[in-house]
Amino acid sequence: MALFSIFVFIPAIASFFLSFTRYNALSAPAWVGMGNYVQIFSKDPRFWKALANTALYVMVVVPVGISISLLLAVAIDRKVRFKNFYKAVFFMPAATSAVAVAVIWKWLFAGEKYGLINYWLLKIGIAPVDWLMSPTWTLPAIMIMSIWAGLGYNMILLLAGLQAIPQTYYEAADIDGAGAWHKFWKITLPLLRPTLIFAVIMSVINSFQLFEQVYIMTGGAGEGVGGALDSALSLVAYLYERGFQRFEMGYASAIAYTLFGIILITTLANMKVIRAKFEY
Amino acid sequence: MEISADKIRRQAVTFAVYALLSIGALAMAIPYIWMVVTSIKPIGEIQAYPPSFLVRHPTLQPYRQLFSLLPMARYLLNSLLVAAIVTLANVFFCSLAGYAFAKHKFFGRDKIFLLLLCTMMIPYQVNLIPGFIIMKTFGWLNTFFALIIPNMAMAFGVFLCRQYITSIPDDLLDAARIDGCGEFAIYRLVILPLIKPVLAVLAIFTFLSQWNSFVWPLVVIHTSAMRTVPLALSVLNSQFGFGADFAMVMAGTTVVTLPVLFVFIFFQKYFIKGIALTGLKG
Repeated sequence: MALFSIFVFIPAIASFFLSFTRYNALSAPAWVGMGNYVQIFSKDPRFWKALANTALYVMVVVPVGISISLLLAVAIDRKVRFKNFYKAVFFMPAATSAVAVAVIWKWLFAGEKYGLINYWLLKIGIAPVDWLMSPTWTLPAIMIMSIWAGLGYNMILLLAGLQAIPQTYYEAADIDGAGAWHKFWKITLPLLRPTLIFAVIMSVINSFQLFEQVYIMTGGAGEGVGGALDSALSLVAYLYERGFQRFEMGYASAIAYTLFGIILITTLANMKVIRAKFEY
Repeated sequence: MEISADKIRRQAVTFAVYALLSIGALAMAIPYIWMVVTSIKPIGEIQAYPPSFLVRHPTLQPYRQLFSLLPMARYLLNSLLVAAIVTLANVFFCSLAGYAFAKHKFFGRDKIFLLLLCTMMIPYQVNLIPGFIIMKTFGWLNTFFALIIPNMAMAFGVFLCRQYITSIPDDLLDAARIDGCGEFAIYRLVILPLIKPVLAVLAIFTFLSQWNSFVWPLVVIHTSAMRTVPLALSVLNSQFGFGADFAMVMAGTTVVTLPVLFVFIFFQKYFIKGIALTGLKG
């Protein structure tokens, strides 16, 4: 407990106070009151850019990722052969470090002709794009990678939920002559609701914390992070830049607390919306 | 007539399911295959057009280059050491704290537990900066202490253990007490054997999350010798992550990724059970 309070609880409070100061980790923190927050919200276009990027990322990655995962979970829940093999293959990225995943995908997305993805795009008649150099395509590239990496985890989670649904409901529906589509909407989805809520909320929280992928794919040690024109700058990447590359630790703390607030509000809103939508 | 139409439909669905899963599995596997293939390509073939999965002259040169340019063995050892110690510490502290929270009444127990749960909702970024300052104050930057000690007891582990220990009947503990067991003996002889499955899950996920951990080491480690494996990959990526040297970068990624994947396949049962049980992510 002592360990815990030293390394989690006290830092969280310290961070809260730091967020009201100007602090460079060398001289003593100087109190600036709400200064950092005023700066963030009214005079910092890069913060807004990072927020917009991150929000867009969350809004694409979570619904697309969860939908594909659900489709896969429903498919694997049928009586298929090699079930464990499929589960293992889909789950691999969850056991791989985000850094390794990003390095591999950086290579797949390589801009010139030897990049595998561009080569295949060219083969099916789509002009290749310079994924990680162009302001338009960097964020989508990161989204595609993240969806790929998250599928297995969400699939296993949803599969556990599916398997908890009693078979008798489906048998009853069969007797009533319900079709597969009908059964999915009227039985599977409502009964999967708790698992689905959990998966969505966890995905949203994780997605807001996007960092490694951006750090690896758009920058390197010492360089700026965030890609051309900040097109893939995420909130945490911005926090890292201000706190640990420019050593503006008070300002970075304020960004951290803003992120915390955003995550908290989104999570609560999510719970409300999902609960209302699935009420039956 | 009707039966056969139904049968055809069912076969079509089965076909669609297998097609979906196979295409999906292929999409999952290709990046890994491409990684390994690239890592054994000689310089001339890396940027060859068209890119090919067949390697005409496979070579281990990228691996040799990797191990001679960077102290990879040291990095692997660093990561292994940190992950192993943190895992053991978590198994011990979390189960001990979980036992205390589940079976002992002490002042403010439930409030402290609630506080613990609340901290799980704080994103790690909030603690990054003060954590860094604490490490700096202690003089622990660039040491194993910084990598190990702050991670030795995770809230989630305590929570997980407490939930399991709560379900152990009190009668069992009382019986042990009557037999003359002290509190620590009860923990060791009664509690630990009973919560083995959940400890296995906790151990695997802790090990994995430490092995793959990036942001915290990035912040507290700045010297080359102390780097963990993800940091090494990141440096490799920023220094050599272009063009022809990518074979070496992929060799590094392979060295880091494949052992974990083998371990994962070996423990797959626990992983999947762990997720189903807890929703915990590595």
